Order: sequence, then C-alpha cells, then structure tokens
Amino acid sequence: MWIGLLSDIHANREALEATLDHARRTGISRFVFLGDYVGYGADPGYVVDTVMREVEAGAVALLGNHDAAIGSGPGGMNSIAAEAIEWTRPRLDSTQREFLAQLPLTFNDNGRLFVHASAHAPTHWEYITDVPSASRSFMATQAHATFCGHVHVPELFHLSSTGKIAGFQPVQAVEIPLLTNRRWLAVLGSVGQPRDFNPTACYGALDTERNALTYVRVPYDNETAARKVREAGLPAILSDRLIEGA
Amino acid sequence: MNRRDLQAGQIIDGFRLVEPLESGGMASFWRVTRDGSGPPMVMKIPLLRPGEDPLTIIGYEVEQMILPRLTGPHIPTFIAAGDFERPYIVMEFIAGASVKSLLARVPLIPNEVAAIGAKIAFALHDIHRQHVIHLDLKPSNVTLRGEDAVLIDFGLSRHDQLPDLVQEEAEGPVGTGAYISPEQVLGQRNDPRSDLFSLGVILYFLATGGRPFGDPEGVNNWRRRLWRDPVPPRARNAAVPPWLQEIILRCLETDPAARYATAAQLAFDLQHPDQVPLTTRAARMRHDGIFTVFWRWLRVNRQPERARPALTSHLANAPIVVAAIDLEPGNDGLNQSLAIAVRRILATESNSRLACVNVLKIARLSLDDLEDAQGRNPHLGRLIELKHWARSIPIAPERITYHVLESTDPAGQLIDYARHNRVDHIVIGARGSSIVRRYLGSVSARVVAEAPCTVTVVRRPREEVDAAAERVAAQRA
Repeated sequence: MWIGLLSDIHANREALEATLDHARRTGISRFVFLGDYVGYGADPGYVVDTVMREVEAGAVALLGNHDAAIGSGPGGMNSIAAEAIEWTRPRLDSTQREFLAQLPLTFNDNGRLFVHASAHAPTHWEYITDVPSASRSFMATQAHATFCGHVHVPELFHLSSTGKIAGFQPVQAVEIPLLTNRRWLAVLGSVGQPRDFNPTACYGALDTERNALTYVRVPYDNETAARKVREAGLPAILSDRLIEGA
Repeated sequence: MNRRDLQAGQIIDGFRLVEPLESGGMASFWRVTRDGSGPPMVMKIPLLRPGEDPLTIIGYEVEQMILPRLTGPHIPTFIAAGDFERPYIVMEFIAGASVKSLLARVPLIPNEVAAIGAKIAFALHDIHRQHVIHLDLKPSNVTLRGEDAVLIDFGLSRHDQLPDLVQEEAEGPVGTGAYISPEQVLGQRNDPRSDLFSLGVILYFLATGGRPFGDPEGVNNWRRRLWRDPVPPRARNAAVPPWLQEIILRCLETDPAARYATAAQLAFDLQHPDQVPLTTRAARMRHDGIFTVFWRWLRVNRQPERARPALTSHLANAPIVVAAIDLEPGNDGLNQSLAIAVRRILATESNSRLACVNVLKIARLSLDDLEDAQGRNPHLGRLIELKHWARSIPIAPERITYHVLESTDPAGQLIDYARHNRVDHIVIGARGSSIVRRYLGSVSARVVAEAPCTVTVVRRPREEVDAAAERVAAQRA
C-alpha cells in the first residue's frame, strides 16, 4: 500500500491542493499528516478543514509546534513565527482549534514511527539537521523507520548495523529502499514552505509492501500563495520564502 | 547463516539448494531452483560471522539496493532477496567463462585483448548510464557470455542517486589492490572513470601477462600509483602494437580527466584500432625517470581535493556524436549547414567525440570492385573529403575520427553503426525536395524513425530549399 506523508503545510492552500492532487493521481489513498498545518501562510482555516476531512476518511494527523502554539501561545518562537500565530488564532473557529488541540504527538504502525520533530522528547521540538540530533532520535526509539518533518529541508539519515549514522540528500522521484538491515530516519521536506532552495512542494510516498520511500516534488502556484501572504499583511519574508524556496 | 549449515536439498524461502559453486571470500554461492524448474539461478549468501569485516554485511546491503534497479544483458537479473534474519540474494545464473580464467593463457593477442576490452567497456557504459559505478572491477567480476560481458558483485558499487553505504562504513579506501584507481585510493567514489582505470589494469594484464602496479596490500602501498607510472606494455611485450599501448596507458592516467571521458568512447577506440590517434603514450618504452616521479609525488601530497561532477551530468557532457555526411556533388550548402549544427552541439558538450561517417552505397553486398576505373580506392578519396569537411570544426584531433562504410542500405547501415558504437547523437542532412528522394525514399526519415539515439536533421540554407522547391514545381508543371 502507498502512504502519502505530508508535513509542514503551514496554511498554504495552493501547495496542499496540488500535493493531494498529485498524490491521488499517483495512486496514493492513505495519508499521514506530520503536523504544522497553520502558521506562516494565508489559508489556515482551509488547510485545517481539509486535514479534518482526511482524518474522518481514515488519515492520521499529528501535532506540530505551530498547531500547539494556537492553544498554548507562541512562547519560545521567533518573532516572525509568533506574529504569524497571533494573526492565525482569530482566523480559526472553535471546531478547528479543538481539532488541533486534541492531535497526538506520535503514531506507531508496524515498526514505523511518525512524529513531527524528533522521536527524542517530541514536545521539545528538536530540529534534526545533523548526525548528533539524528542520533538522539535513533536512540529514543526501536522503530525500524521514523518519519518526521519540522526542518523544511529533506534529508534521509540511516544507522548501520555497526552503529554508524550518515545523512543523505534524497534525489527527487528516486525510490530509496529502506533496507531491513539498518534503521532509517526520514526528515520529509515541507509541503507549504520549502527551505532547500527549491520552491516546489515536497512530500513523501511510502510503499509499505516494498518498504521503499520516494521524495516527491510538486510544482504549485506559489505566486498566488505568496500574493495572499502579502495581502494578508503577514511579514514580507514569509511571502518571499515561497518564491525563493529558502 | 554459516557456510557449514548449508547442504544440498535444503530449502530456503522456496529455493532448493542444488550444488555449491565456487565461494568468494565474503559469500558462498549455490545453484538453486524454484519449483524444480525455471531459468538457472544462483543464491549468494553473505558469510556473517561475529568479528567478520563489517563490509561483508554492507556489501550485501549495497547489492540488495542496487541489483534490483539494474537491467540489461550486462547484469545478472535480480530474482529475490532475503531479510535481516536470513540474508541472501537470488539472481540469474550466468553461464560463461570468467575473465579470470583467461589469465591462464596471457598474454593474449592484441585483437583478442581489444575485443574483450570493448565488451567490458560496453557493459560499464551500460551501468554508468543507469547511475551505477562498479568500483571493484577485476577479472573475477566479469563473465563473458556470448557477445556480452556480464558484470557481477556490486558489493562496493555506488549509485549516484542513493546513499553510499560503503563510504559511510569504511574508515579508508576500499577496493582490490591490483585494480583500484588512484582517486579511489584518495577516498573518492563518484567518478565513473575509476572503472576505466580498473579496465586499463585488466587490459594491461591481458596484453602483457603482468599487472601494471603489482598486487600491493595496504593503503600505503596502493598510494604508490598516484606518482609511479607503470612500465609501458610494449616494454614488457613487444607484440603489443602502439595503438593498444596508447589505449591502455590512457586508461591508466592518474588524473581521471586525462582518461577517456566515457566507457563508450573507450570502446569506440578498441573497435577502431586504425583510428586511434597516437600520442607520446604510444611510443613510450620505459617509465618516467626519478625526477618526474618525485615531482608527481610532491604534487600528490599538496593537491587539494577537487569537486567532481555527478555521474549523470558527466555522461551528458561526453556524448559520441556522428555526423552523417553525403558526399554526392551538389550538397555543399547542406554540408555547410551540417557543419554549423555540429559546431553548436560540440560547443556545449566539452568531452564529446565526433565520428564523421560517409556511407558508400554499393549495388550489391561486398562484390563491388574496390577500385574505380582509374584504379583508385574510392574510400581514400572519401576520407580526404570527410577531413576537408571537418576542417571548419574546432575539435582536438584525438576527439575526431573518419569512417567510410559501404552498404546497399545506407540508412540501415547508419542505424547499425549507431547501435554498435553506443552513439548518443546523429546529425544528418535531409536531401530536401529532390527527385532522388522521391525515388529512393528518405535516408534521414528512416534514421529518425529507427536509430537508438537522438537524431538532428539538418536542412539546406533557406534560399537553397526555396530554389529546389521551385525546380520541383517547374518539373511537375
């Protein structure tokens, strides 16, 4: 079975629509959403409604730090992220806010762990950007493969049977076999705000039978998404990022 | 699994062990069947024992990752793989002789060395195009099956779009002492030309009966090839012709950029000995003196690491381009257009090879007299015309060759030529609205339809096309 892994949508309606459409055309019918549905983008209500509908249809949705900040406040965030949270909160209705508030931090399925940031202390929202941070996540779980987001830059870490960890920059649309002899930590890119100098939406396609992961890039109407961010009066850097992908 | 745990008749995941085959150092091999029928298969079982070299298990993982993605006649077809508890790989059994078995009767005659070398080069080009560098090419890893060389054991290989598990595991360079390339000794694992170096070692061995760098053990001894050039093949075996020495020493260049750009370009030279441009390499009779070697040693130890292009972009910059030239009178305008088109293509692809080809149309197969009425060889005149045509193309002499082919079927001949030489791009003129074409059909149209590569069709300059169209219209009226 194919599972679509979508992380860090960040209220980007255009990116979400294009990604779901691409995934369905590829034959993906099951989804795991890895958090951060809101913050930064101009369409938080639309994105939360879409994810709620998918969850009703059987999808799994996890909690991200921006989603948590809607309820608990933007403590610990940088000023731009905090400003976006303050902008977002009044634009969500109570149903949407309650949906975000009850989301779980992790999901375990058949040797696979799904979490927004890191298997190590999920509520600390640690960024997995290097071997030490990847190592902390590997140590915190027995899962054969962990899937997370949060960083907005795709990377695939792996731990060999002799204990060595290395990171790998995945190549778009090239299937990577998640060999059973080693453990894997897939940092999925971001659907709604990529930061790897490639502005196209990024999602993961996991083939559970063949145990293989593909990082997929989807071009979407980022100019419209950026224009909406500008018109909403959000910080200019948030619209620029959608054009530059960084 | 332990070697002694295995016995004939045992069944592993539906595969019945039939008989053990020759064991490698890191794995045992069994002939197996499934349901008692089907194509012959071999099961490779890594020997995983406590304290074993971790590269054994890594090599197994690499093969498990790479082998299923490779296709074609130069790779054993992947059939199945086991899991963590019971690791194995089942693949097609390759019936044929290992190149290792040829070492019993070295030195071989030059033509046989070239023929075997071309087969291996084609196999390498095939895997390089599929994003894989073998990185442990040696006689025991090549089996000759009919017209094809089949590469086996991808345990140290690198796929340029997948994680390099070997690099991450190994503390230092990995490979086989006699065959490893200088850049691999320095820890680089992303250059397809490393395989050309190893193939050069094989060719040297087949042609001379000896190994160019011996069979050193340990990384420190492997490093010696970074500054010490081998004794030229002709100094070891006088029967080695200059063209073969040229090819072998070019493969064995320390700097990958000085070797052939691609395996297909190497195969091209091995298939056309008379076209190999000879340099000082061909004439060398002794290896370099102590001062040259000392300078090289100094440079090696000061050289900064260089970034290297990814495999795919490297191959894309090094195509074999064929210019198909019609030397019939009246084609000057068309041939000028062709030269302009070829210049444009070569300008963007820095490591390309250009083959200028003319097909001499003959009435019937191989019965024509090769001399014209005045007793001149028509090939010679055409070669001169081809060289004349190519004068306006700015390209180094070692990157251009000239070929006059003959056939009753020029289009078919060009298509075969492109397939046989792994040509990437054919540039061909369209004769346009001529009466000839109406009667004979279009060569370029058939080449476009059937050639196994990109084809650019070039037309005459616009004014000539218009004038020809007017002539045809006038004839019809």
